[in-house]
Amino acid sequence: MKRTLTIFRGTKENGRYEDYEVEQQEGMVVLDAIHRIQAEQATDLACRWNCKAGKCGSCSAEINGKAKLTCMTRMDTLPDGPIRVGPVKTFPLQKDLVTDVSWNYRVKKRITPFTPKTYTPEEAKKGEFNMKQEDIDRVQEFRKCIECFLCQNVCHVLRDFPENKEVFDGPRYMIRLAELEMHPKDDADRIPYVKETSGVGHCNITRCCTEVCPENIVITDNGIIPLKERMSDRYYDPLRMIWRKLTGKS
Amino acid sequence: MPSLPAVSKTHEFDVIVVGAGGAGLRAAIEASREGARTAIICKSLLGKAHTVMAEGGAAAALRNTDPRDTWKVHFRDTIRGSKYLSQWPMAMLHAQEAPERIRELERWGAVFDRTKDGWINQRNFGGHQYPRLAHVGDRTGLELIRTLQDKGVHSGIEVFMEVTVTKLFTKDGTVTGCLAYERETGKFHLFKAKSVVVATGGFGKAWKYNSNSWEYTGDGHTLAYEAGAELMDMEFFQFHPTGMVWPPSVRGTLVTEGVRGEGGILRNSEGKRFMYDYIPEMFQGDFAETEEEVQRWLDGDKDARRPPELLTRDVVARAIRSEVKAGRGTEHGGVYLDISWRDAEYVKKKLPSMYHQFKELANVDITKVPMEVGPTAHYAMGGIRVDHESQESTTVRGLYACGECAAGLHGANRLGGNSLTDLLVFGKRAGEHAARRALETKEHPEIPAEEVQAAIDAAVAPLERESGENPFKVHEELEELMQDNAGMIREAEDLKKALEGLAAFAERVRNIKVGGNIQYNPGWHEALDIHNLLVCAEATARAALEREESRGGHTRADFPQSDAEYWQHHNIVLKKGADGRMEVRRVPLTPWSDEVNRIMEASAEELSGDTHAEVHPL
Amino acid sequence: MAETRSSPAHPRGFFQTFRKDAWWSYPLFTVIVLGAFGVYSLWAAYTGIAGAEAFHYLDHGRDYLSPFYSPCITDACAEGPLAGTITGVTVVTPALFVMWMPLGLRATCYYYRKAYYRAFFASPVACSVDEPRKKYSGEAAFPFVLQNLHRYFLYLALLFPPFLLYDAWLAFQVNGSFAVTAVALVMLANALLLTGFTFGCHALRHWVGGRLNCFSCSNVAKGRYGLWRGVTWFNKHHGKWAWVSLVWVGLTDAYIRAVIHFGPSIDPILFGGA
Repeated sequence: MKRTLTIFRGTKENGRYEDYEVEQQEGMVVLDAIHRIQAEQATDLACRWNCKAGKCGSCSAEINGKAKLTCMTRMDTLPDGPIRVGPVKTFPLQKDLVTDVSWNYRVKKRITPFTPKTYTPEEAKKGEFNMKQEDIDRVQEFRKCIECFLCQNVCHVLRDFPENKEVFDGPRYMIRLAELEMHPKDDADRIPYVKETSGVGHCNITRCCTEVCPENIVITDNGIIPLKERMSDRYYDPLRMIWRKLTGKS
Repeated sequence: MPSLPAVSKTHEFDVIVVGAGGAGLRAAIEASREGARTAIICKSLLGKAHTVMAEGGAAAALRNTDPRDTWKVHFRDTIRGSKYLSQWPMAMLHAQEAPERIRELERWGAVFDRTKDGWINQRNFGGHQYPRLAHVGDRTGLELIRTLQDKGVHSGIEVFMEVTVTKLFTKDGTVTGCLAYERETGKFHLFKAKSVVVATGGFGKAWKYNSNSWEYTGDGHTLAYEAGAELMDMEFFQFHPTGMVWPPSVRGTLVTEGVRGEGGILRNSEGKRFMYDYIPEMFQGDFAETEEEVQRWLDGDKDARRPPELLTRDVVARAIRSEVKAGRGTEHGGVYLDISWRDAEYVKKKLPSMYHQFKELANVDITKVPMEVGPTAHYAMGGIRVDHESQESTTVRGLYACGECAAGLHGANRLGGNSLTDLLVFGKRAGEHAARRALETKEHPEIPAEEVQAAIDAAVAPLERESGENPFKVHEELEELMQDNAGMIREAEDLKKALEGLAAFAERVRNIKVGGNIQYNPGWHEALDIHNLLVCAEATARAALEREESRGGHTRADFPQSDAEYWQHHNIVLKKGADGRMEVRRVPLTPWSDEVNRIMEASAEELSGDTHAEVHPL
Repeated sequence: MAETRSSPAHPRGFFQTFRKDAWWSYPLFTVIVLGAFGVYSLWAAYTGIAGAEAFHYLDHGRDYLSPFYSPCITDACAEGPLAGTITGVTVVTPALFVMWMPLGLRATCYYYRKAYYRAFFASPVACSVDEPRKKYSGEAAFPFVLQNLHRYFLYLALLFPPFLLYDAWLAFQVNGSFAVTAVALVMLANALLLTGFTFGCHALRHWVGGRLNCFSCSNVAKGRYGLWRGVTWFNKHHGKWAWVSLVWVGLTDAYIRAVIHFGPSIDPILFGGA
């Protein structure tokens, strides 16, 4: 079966959607089609990809207006008619399907990294942390993140308001913060950062990030909301604030 | 056409690391820790390297799951798995240092699955006598690279993302720096360096059915080879026994060995569990012989022997190929791998990405029906020949290699789980020694402008040609040539055909023409990468023709037996000759020391009774 | 670096998108259901100004109190555990004394926030559909920063399930003996749905155990882990609980009003009753 792909070609200054026709084979994913076009019709068609198995998070794009990994989107799951493939919107366009995602790396860098607690005597003897599986289940959910940045792309706070990149870290880094804050062996306090710098308050929990996550991480309910609650404990809960004043305990 | 035929920026660093997978990152972290000004250059975005594809785990004798395990048992498993061609001093360092490298990751934020008592959990894997692989479900590689990436960006390392190295410069046999282009703009950067660590991974893209990404074109192998480094063990390429075979577009995509570690059963189209028939002599008596014993083993009976599905990868891959060839394959030319007999929730918890992968790409629910699998080109055992201690090239000073692009640890066959600890152990060593050397070196040597210009001209040539071949087409045909003539099973005639074909390809590669401009142009990148692949493919074919026996990841139909007398004690080394041609020679292995002899001969009880002093610096 | 908003690869303007699916169905559903509920509940609350007859059915041996009025704390109600706690207020309806608490829980609920920000504020109306407003500060600034007080509505709302269960218990008695009537079943379901909704609250999940970083580090923590898992179970489908319990409370009220209006003929006794 012949299938038309309408792919964005060009740069910010000069770009448009162009049609390409490919033969759709059984089980073919959108990335396969892009590769065929690259090999046969447009060798300079730019796209990122690496593992082609949904593990590296390189091949993010917008397929029929929805943010997806092109390597995990089977063409036979898309409605008939031309398939529109464009770059993600939130990051500055470089060329064709490739965007400049370096902002994400800068955000990552400013978050206080894992800060290990000192070992207990038992741990020191063994040279390992002692943590029960139930203590790290939450952390491991967030560490499944493959940094495809699809959540950053669909988050309207960043997508529709580029200036918010100055004040909001985006869902990917909310779960990074949640992962570190919930780590039973982490010793740093990032709640002031969560409030002041990461701008968790900008999130209005409309859950586009959770819906788009290819790793099925429940970003909003398991990550962002618990962070908001931790922030509320500290900054917005008058009774708790009085309690802390009186007892000195958190 | 606006080409940029000049260097747009020159950088000076103590240590340049090429490649940002696990090995490169670990090396960079160590170099930076030693006080060297360190930069890392990577072809893709940071954190996207092939390490994320490692699924099953990292092998280290932590002794959490089975206290009988020790570094000595791990060492012996590695040597036996390598079919005796591992460089034993490397295997020894690896087995000894792996546990500490894993523990260190945990202090950097890695979160491994836990045992019931709260320590790092370990799983079974092919060729490992005891459960030994620290893991995180089936995404261990991701955990590893993310941890190293996070550690790295807070270690003061400079990262050049989406930058590709095209040339290493040397002066009097010492490395002086490299030339690289920026993917987005096509601008050229010159890096002057006192040490260069190459950590670029493998070259699986030389075969049609492979589990590798576009990056895996043997860049480091070729850069080093052309700079005068020796390559070793290039005939040994690991075909992972279980890749997806259907649908066609995902053929070759990896199915983790963890499936078998968790009890996955291999059956042919007749429903027969065929691995019982393929237990090699070396392992006779080490594996379960009845279903009942397998079940006891899965239930945790320490006296039961392991299921034969957990034989080393070379053995399992050949067995699958034999079954398919004998007409007992599945509809799409594979065999069945069945984990559906286990509890569905358990499968989803332990093998989530496999569940996901089959569900999304093949419409197959692995908790209900078996998978179809077959061998896929996966891992290069061969690579740059290095010094055991320092990972420095045996012939080029200041050039270090670690991870998949270095040779030595895995010999003729790599054990699953050893690659992740390989890159940690030897990444650290490479970084440490590269930094020390750099800090002892006073000044950056000059790189002659003519050499730089010549390298730039060579790189942009495919863009400037009037006409020529399509690089993607050339690559496709190269993959086919290698798949057909230098794949899993080789023969002298085919290998000669491959070599002739490769010579013709060399000419075609010189005539590639790519359209478009220099900015983010995949056709151009492909054109440059093919050259690297070609060198690796030739090395593979030459070494394979030379080794007249079958061993590990090298099977000769015309020499089906292993030769214990001669070949078991020799590695094949390749080097670029003065005339530019590839020279092949045989190098005897370092004889076993008394200690190695003792370990190899000892009974299981003797080794497990013997624990080395454990030191855990905080 | 100032990034411009326009992109040649993406459409611009309200409701503009390349999506081909029915992205508008969720906000449309939300506008209809949430809008209808809002109008209905205001009307239902207003009618109480006429006196308890409008919302409390005490005839033919039955005792049905509309959930909007429970617990009834003014002297408009002759019966009930808290009846007459407040006296002499006749200008406002008794619903207003209690209704704001569960409604406040819903209004600040982490699930409903998604629903109404999308449907009523178009912020965004659907994922990847353009939102060309000038500025956005979400819940980082007034007024929405007040959403952080959600937990206080939870504390108040936690008082309600016992009353609703008590009301349901009264409904299971006809002429003083146990009976199963249609309204009683509806009221019981209402009490359970509200309980399920409340027990899935994100703030509750945080409070009972989510605040902890180590679940196994003490016996108290282990206990709280159990509670956290329980709340997590409800929380997974908080959205579904939210919709069903919302519609159900309206239906319950409407049914009781219908019985008040049409008499017990539309409230069959399914079991028991003298």
